[in-house]
Amino acid sequence: MVTYIIRRLLWAILLLFVVSFITFVMFILLPSADPAVLRAGRQPTPELIAAIRENLGLDKPWYVQYLIYMRDLVLHFDFGYSYQNNVAVKETIFDRLPATVSLAVGGAVVWLLIGIPIGIISAIKRGTILDRAAMGFALLAISAPVYWVGLVSIYLFSKDLGKLAPIFQGSGQYTPFTEDPIAWASALILPWLVLATAFAAIYARFLRANLLDVMGEDYIRTARAKGLGERRVVFKHGLRSAITPIVTIFGLDLGILIGGAILTETVFNIPGIGRLAFDAIQKSDLPIVQGTVLIAAFAVIMANLIVDILYAFLDPRVRY
Amino acid sequence: MALLEIDNLSVHFETDDGIVKAVDGISYTVDRGQTLGIVGESGSGKSVSSLTVMGLSRSRNARISGSIKFDGKELLTSSDDELRKIRGNDIAMIFQDPLSSLHPFYKVGAQIVEAVRTHRNVSKQQAYDRAIEMLGLVGIPEPRKRAESYPHEFSGGMRQRAMIAMALANDPKLLIADEPTTALDVTVQAQILELIERLQSEFDTAVVVITHDLGVVAEMADEIAVMYAGRIVEHAKTDTIFAGPEHPYTWGLLSSIPKLDSPRDEELVPIAGRPPSLINLPGGCSFHPRCPYVKPAHMKTDPTLEPVAGSDGHKVACLLAHETRQKLWRELREGTAPVEARADVMQDAPPPEAIEALEETEGRPAPTTVEEQPS
Repeated sequence: MVTYIIRRLLWAILLLFVVSFITFVMFILLPSADPAVLRAGRQPTPELIAAIRENLGLDKPWYVQYLIYMRDLVLHFDFGYSYQNNVAVKETIFDRLPATVSLAVGGAVVWLLIGIPIGIISAIKRGTILDRAAMGFALLAISAPVYWVGLVSIYLFSKDLGKLAPIFQGSGQYTPFTEDPIAWASALILPWLVLATAFAAIYARFLRANLLDVMGEDYIRTARAKGLGERRVVFKHGLRSAITPIVTIFGLDLGILIGGAILTETVFNIPGIGRLAFDAIQKSDLPIVQGTVLIAAFAVIMANLIVDILYAFLDPRVRY
Repeated sequence: MALLEIDNLSVHFETDDGIVKAVDGISYTVDRGQTLGIVGESGSGKSVSSLTVMGLSRSRNARISGSIKFDGKELLTSSDDELRKIRGNDIAMIFQDPLSSLHPFYKVGAQIVEAVRTHRNVSKQQAYDRAIEMLGLVGIPEPRKRAESYPHEFSGGMRQRAMIAMALANDPKLLIADEPTTALDVTVQAQILELIERLQSEFDTAVVVITHDLGVVAEMADEIAVMYAGRIVEHAKTDTIFAGPEHPYTWGLLSSIPKLDSPRDEELVPIAGRPPSLINLPGGCSFHPRCPYVKPAHMKTDPTLEPVAGSDGHKVACLLAHETRQKLWRELREGTAPVEARADVMQDAPPPEAIEALEETEGRPAPTTVEEQPS
């Protein structure tokens, strides 16, 4: 187990190198605005641009730039500085991370609380009106794009614009938890619900299908043959097996969202990693882009690893 | 009064393709301590009939009629709760594939503890002691240690032993064994059968063994019921089934068993054709498309299970005259009129893959899978 984890961590480091290299190469190869020109402001002189280029190290060949970047990263754990405002990338990302984590974790709690019960009920009441209605809604929720659901929810429910029931804080109200927990929560309720909509629907459908599958297994027949009550058959025997694959996708989904929920963060103007990446791409701010890509890749890799380790505890047949 | 009395039991499933007559009017009784073997091919209704005794074939599309009396109590009209109290307590069941029949995520000991505590108001420790006692009783070495193992850490034979330990943990009056040895190695098969026999005499349990293999029930069953297409076509004491079988289908089953004393190059004679569709049964005797001795009248008249003259407790559903059957069987045994599969049915024989596929679906009430996954 320990050797397995160490091996996986070594692979993770290699993978992060590859990711950073690809990000760098894509940035160089694909057409983008010149960061120096953007930095120089309106009507810059060529001398100013050249000075900025030299200052940022953009005058060197791209592979030298990459090597310098990697040297600072490996030796000093230094992610470089923003092309646009000279703030350290590390600092910026740690600054933005709480908002993204708040959004992702809160949203995850909401979608589990909604998706799992619906999945169970739908599976138990398969074929009934309840099941059909739930699965119909789920299909709608999966099909609707997040930015649309986000805008509609603001239009209907936000305090400033809400036409139907202005009960939730709308866009741009994010307050850090450490400043004011109540304001933090009230500003995030709507984003959580919006983020959770599609996920809850996916989880409900997935769990329903899993549980139906499991309920057809021989060991469920054994459980019934033992004379167990149906509730115990479903929860202790059925759900125990059906929930395990859910843990896998949950870990991955959460990992991906820690890397930034770009759409939700943009719609609700939440200052998280997703927004940071989005803005950095628009401004050709390579160090920030690199930083956000690496943190996202790191989150996904770690989530993957944690899920795999967790699996050994959830399923006694799995051994590393 | 017999322990289990089944009278004119029918289990039909409504499906989109039509009504599946899985069990179509069968009757039998099992006395205390007695063993009944139910023999038949895949899809003959042998598993469904037993699952119905357990109340496990109740579903929205199942139409069940007739009577199942257990210890004098009518089970078909009993509520789900009443049945639940009987299941695993008075009637226990073991299944074909012990690996898939045990929950993969729970320890073997814990699964037996659960069975005990479902029906008995005992502490966890007492139930655990009982589990270990049972594991020892079924011949699992170091039961205290093995109770902490997961099913996948057991061998096939050990798993089936654990299943038996779980089934017998509450001293049931009736044990239903549905193909208990089919998934096991041949050497292990005999051990499991011996174990069931030994425990049966120790606990005075009645046993119903369901199998497609006459060899399995030859030694342990007191009586044998041969099922075909949802009906019992022959029912007799075990000795009678082997010495003087009256139904051509039983003859077919007997001639497809290899014998040690026959010459090595003697070919086994398969029963021609395949089991009929339970949605659209052939008219008349449902065995007629595969019967080598069919006469035109047999395609119109449906035979009923009737006593065989001069043979105590022997019943058969066949339209051939008793004398004809005796003569045919005598000839078959002497080898003067070798069973030649009818050419026209042989052409109809399914490819081996189809037979395997049939075999895989065995043991589950097929119709419930038909209506699955409406989305």
